[in-house]
Amino acid sequence: MTVVRVPPVLRQEAGGAREVEAAGSTVRELLEDLERRLPALGARVYTEGEIQPFVNVYVDGEDVRTRGGLETPVREGATVILLPAMAGGR
Amino acid sequence: MAGYRELLEQTRSEIAEIDARGARELPSALWVDVRESDEWQEGHIPGAKHVPRGNLESRIETTAPDKAAPIVLYCSAGNRSVFAAKTLGELGYADVYSLVGGFTDWKRNGYDIAVPRVLSPERRTRYSRHTLIPEIGEEGQLRLLDSRILLIGAGGLGSPASLYLAAAGVGTLGIVDADIVDETNLQRQVAHSLETLGAPKVDSAKRAINALNPDVDVRTYRERLTSENVDRILDEGWDVIVDGADNFPTRYLVNDASVWHDIPVVHGSIYRFEGQVTVFKPQVGPCYRCLFPEPPPPELAPSCAEGGVLGVLPGIVGSLQTNEALKLALGIGEPLIGRLLLFDALATDFSEVRIERRSDCPVCGEQPTITDYIDYVEFCAAR
Repeated sequence: MTVVRVPPVLRQEAGGAREVEAAGSTVRELLEDLERRLPALGARVYTEGEIQPFVNVYVDGEDVRTRGGLETPVREGATVILLPAMAGGR
Repeated sequence: MAGYRELLEQTRSEIAEIDARGARELPSALWVDVRESDEWQEGHIPGAKHVPRGNLESRIETTAPDKAAPIVLYCSAGNRSVFAAKTLGELGYADVYSLVGGFTDWKRNGYDIAVPRVLSPERRTRYSRHTLIPEIGEEGQLRLLDSRILLIGAGGLGSPASLYLAAAGVGTLGIVDADIVDETNLQRQVAHSLETLGAPKVDSAKRAINALNPDVDVRTYRERLTSENVDRILDEGWDVIVDGADNFPTRYLVNDASVWHDIPVVHGSIYRFEGQVTVFKPQVGPCYRCLFPEPPPPELAPSCAEGGVLGVLPGIVGSLQTNEALKLALGIGEPLIGRLLLFDALATDFSEVRIERRSDCPVCGEQPTITDYIDYVEFCAAR
């Protein structure tokens, strides 16, 4: 299992959780598992087989788009961060 | 026993004197100013070295290792330098002159002078905790005093940033904000106060800054940053932009403008218990569009006004931004270029993710497709 950090704006879709668990040895498997467990959260991040363009997915601090995309391997114990942009400054 | 006058004239007869015109014609002479520090600070002959007469014997060999090379000594009126010249002769210097009439005559003749850049005694005291740090020193403090930093927003992030930048002695601070201070701001926006409720935030912030440090020249722009005014404001020349905006259109606008104006942006954003900080340095690291090519849909982009924010969070994130801005202004340390720092106040956790430049970035990439300002409100609403 891998711990996935959920950004504040997506916590409602994760039942308020700050971190959730999902299984998978690649980002694709992980996000598909996340979609099964938490469909609302999964849909925000991953639709029609693609990561939503406004969400960044980091595996161990690296943006998967700069690595192998959905095929980026996820090692056991990796940290996965879901991150949409935040604009607040006030 | 000879009095001062007799001793002076006696010594004068034992050394060589030279007038300004003659001294200027000496090839490759070393000029040494033997006056006191306060006299030197008010101006000196360009290119001269400063060795106060009291330290002459102990320091001159470091300053002038070649005892055969010509040396022109000067003081204020050409008397102390007479004694100094005698001392150098005794130390084995072979070609030493005392400048007739000293610095006073030099100035009177209309020759160039250099005024060294030093901190005034008041500033030396005020900034002593900076100047004590070897990486900053008096030179670094002067650099801060010469720096120009533009703050986008005088709210949660802009409040601590403006106060700490002002306290640090950043010489010019620009503040762009169209809002007025209201009660809901005071939970976190520490640059404002009950006394400035209802006042424009730029004026309220200016008041707080000047109460803290009158060295700071505050330029206020009581307007919302737009495609129409951004060039006018950025053209005034800024070393660093501290972005504390509260909406996506302004974030993308600041990004595009900063790339085109080649100004580094210290980015900070906050929501509830979490914050993000990074530095976008054009052509060196990624830009905001490399990080987030698209804004999220409106339902995933609530503002702090809609979703709330822990009062101290902008204090922490705005202070981290200030740290980056000061490093950029001073040219020291490792700025957060290509690194996005994530802070979680509930867990008290800092983590970092890497941001890479995108070769296909529409603004800073190899073949930019966006080369002029767009309709940023529409760009952000269309998602």
